[in-house]
Amino acid sequence: MTAQDIFDILKVKFSDALTEKKFDTVQPWVRIAPNKTKEICFFLRDDSAMQFDYLSCLSGMDYNNGTFGVVYHLTSIVHKHKIVLKTFCTKDNMHIQSVSAVWGTANWHEREAFDLYGIIFDEHPDLRRLLMPDDWEGHPLRKDYKVQEFYHGMKVPS
Amino acid sequence: MIDQTMLQPPTLPTNYTVKQGHIKTSTGKTIRTEEMIINMGPQHPSTHGVLRLEIVVDGEIIVDCIPHIGYLHRCFEKHCEHMTNYQMVIPYADRMDYCSAMTNEWAFALAAERLLKIEVPERVEYIRVIMAELQRIASHLIAVGTYGIDSGAFTPFLYTFIDREKILDLFEMTCGARLLYNYIWIGGLSHDLPPKFIEQAKDFVEYFRPRLKMLNDLLSYNEIFVKRTANVGVLPKDVAINYAVSGPQLRGSGVNWDLRRDDPYSIYHKLEWEPQVGKGEMGTVGDCWDRHIVRMHEMEQCLNIIEQALAGLPEGNVKAAIPKRIRPEKDAEIYVRTESSRGELGFYIVSDGTASPFRVKARGPAFVNLSVLPEIAKGAMIADLVLIAGSIDIVLGEVDR
Amino acid sequence: MGLLDQRFENGNVFITSLDGLLNWARLSSLWQMQFGLACCAIEMMAASASNFDIMRFGVIPRATPRQVDVMFVAGTVTIKMASRIKRLYDQMSEPRYVISMGSCATCGGPYWEHGYHVLKGVDRVIPVDVYIPGCPPRPEALLEGIMKLQEKVRKESIVKKRA
Repeated sequence: MTAQDIFDILKVKFSDALTEKKFDTVQPWVRIAPNKTKEICFFLRDDSAMQFDYLSCLSGMDYNNGTFGVVYHLTSIVHKHKIVLKTFCTKDNMHIQSVSAVWGTANWHEREAFDLYGIIFDEHPDLRRLLMPDDWEGHPLRKDYKVQEFYHGMKVPS
Repeated sequence: MIDQTMLQPPTLPTNYTVKQGHIKTSTGKTIRTEEMIINMGPQHPSTHGVLRLEIVVDGEIIVDCIPHIGYLHRCFEKHCEHMTNYQMVIPYADRMDYCSAMTNEWAFALAAERLLKIEVPERVEYIRVIMAELQRIASHLIAVGTYGIDSGAFTPFLYTFIDREKILDLFEMTCGARLLYNYIWIGGLSHDLPPKFIEQAKDFVEYFRPRLKMLNDLLSYNEIFVKRTANVGVLPKDVAINYAVSGPQLRGSGVNWDLRRDDPYSIYHKLEWEPQVGKGEMGTVGDCWDRHIVRMHEMEQCLNIIEQALAGLPEGNVKAAIPKRIRPEKDAEIYVRTESSRGELGFYIVSDGTASPFRVKARGPAFVNLSVLPEIAKGAMIADLVLIAGSIDIVLGEVDR
Repeated sequence: MGLLDQRFENGNVFITSLDGLLNWARLSSLWQMQFGLACCAIEMMAASASNFDIMRFGVIPRATPRQVDVMFVAGTVTIKMASRIKRLYDQMSEPRYVISMGSCATCGGPYWEHGYHVLKGVDRVIPVDVYIPGCPPRPEALLEGIMKLQEKVRKESIVKKRA
């Protein structure tokens, strides 16, 4: 199934949640609304024609203009087709619906995105920092990140 | 210097409520029972690095297992954004999965090449396949050897490291490094093969086949080893796919999924080989023994691939014509995945039109494979946890990046 | 033992200083903490395996800090790990030694500039006796580091305090 077919099926069901698409690139992507991710992903996973049972990668993004986002790379092991989903949020409202109920693997990926970008995933079962210590200041992969001078007496920058 | 507050015994951060209960003993007395929280790691001989596990146990049985990672978070993604060109990322990609550096640098080089639409010469593809498969054997040898130690068998470790040194000698004569190579570059390789490489690689393949059989006799079919690993830590198929587990761990659960065949790259489609899947020979499909035996069988397939690639190695240049400063188009982005020794290794690269990447996300197979540990550890005995964690074959450099 | 048999065949008395005897005993059995952090740990494993055989120097890996003489800090020390390393070092009994293996443990290595979570040198939290350069150092380099440490132990005195 091509990206166009997938988009057409999604368009019928979630017309207002699909806001943008780009099909002339190497890996076509569809933009979905941040408060509808769970619903759409459940549909993508369970629909017999789609069966996107395998979430390859979930990446947090900082676009350096006040916009943050999450990119989902989905694969179907049964049908061997792929699709990329994107969702965006702004710096004032860093909320995106969690998909960890859909794919177990999203749990850690989302915790990592929360840790490094500060994106808050609503309905996540256990949203804690994953890589950095619990009392670390700031979110390191943001483009405007300034590293703290000391952490419990240890000098952090070189 | 370091604050004294950091040196206090650590408080366990989970807000898990410890369950209490009562049982009656055989003498009719009632005694109080309570679950216990045990800390394992980050310094523990069998966590394969600096993994920390917080285990809630009811007697000997694990009720819950909470991994804490990040003790080796080396800021790979930040470094990528700060490099002045794409080529400079390759040494950092090496250091991500240090047991399997060759496959890592290949994955990044492939991602950058697809982003820039570079075609590499055919000789390069063949050499890359030979190197990656040799590296896969070396990586699986570490996995098998340390898994032997985890299960109480020290001898296989000594044997596997003898064989691994032979592979490292091949790498060393090619690029001068033993562990972290910086050999596969964007658009080609750093050097051509040295004159005697093909001969010695053929010798190694011939030498290693009987050694594999010996290793199977020594460890895989050893009565004690089978008793300890069969039916332990069973990972069902649907859970494995839901957690996006990949590599030998996914194939051990009986899913026939190998990116070298299912999302083909390089010349793997021209070669004859078979992905190996767990069949539940000694117990249930997806137990620790299956994951182990998939690695053993995979090494044999690697030898087949190396043999064919050595036979078909064409003459030619080892560098494609690429611009000195690599600048992809603005807003170009790509997610490329390859089959590393541990599974699906993906790089998601976003470009902003400058010479340095705007964003690189590394999807490490060990990171994802480890996230399923709490699922399979529940209900196991404490002594089996070491074996379950060992069968996942994690490399902390890749878990934390 | 062959050497001792041939030299002392006519008697079993020899004269040496107490420091000399104790130091000889100590430097021939430097027990090591079985503890790896990152890439260098793989080279440390290779050093303890068949081809390099670190045990001929009397270096035996032990899993607990209370039984060891020397800690190899093999790999990148992160901020999160630093307090754990300090705690492990504090648990070792005197006299204790630290070998910093590889560039990362020595100064942060390739992570020196942008590594926001990397401690730039383990000597910021614990004292180090021998530094081994390399990324990663070869097993031979680790063996040489051990020999350097043995030289250091040989020159020590139990009467004078260790620097």
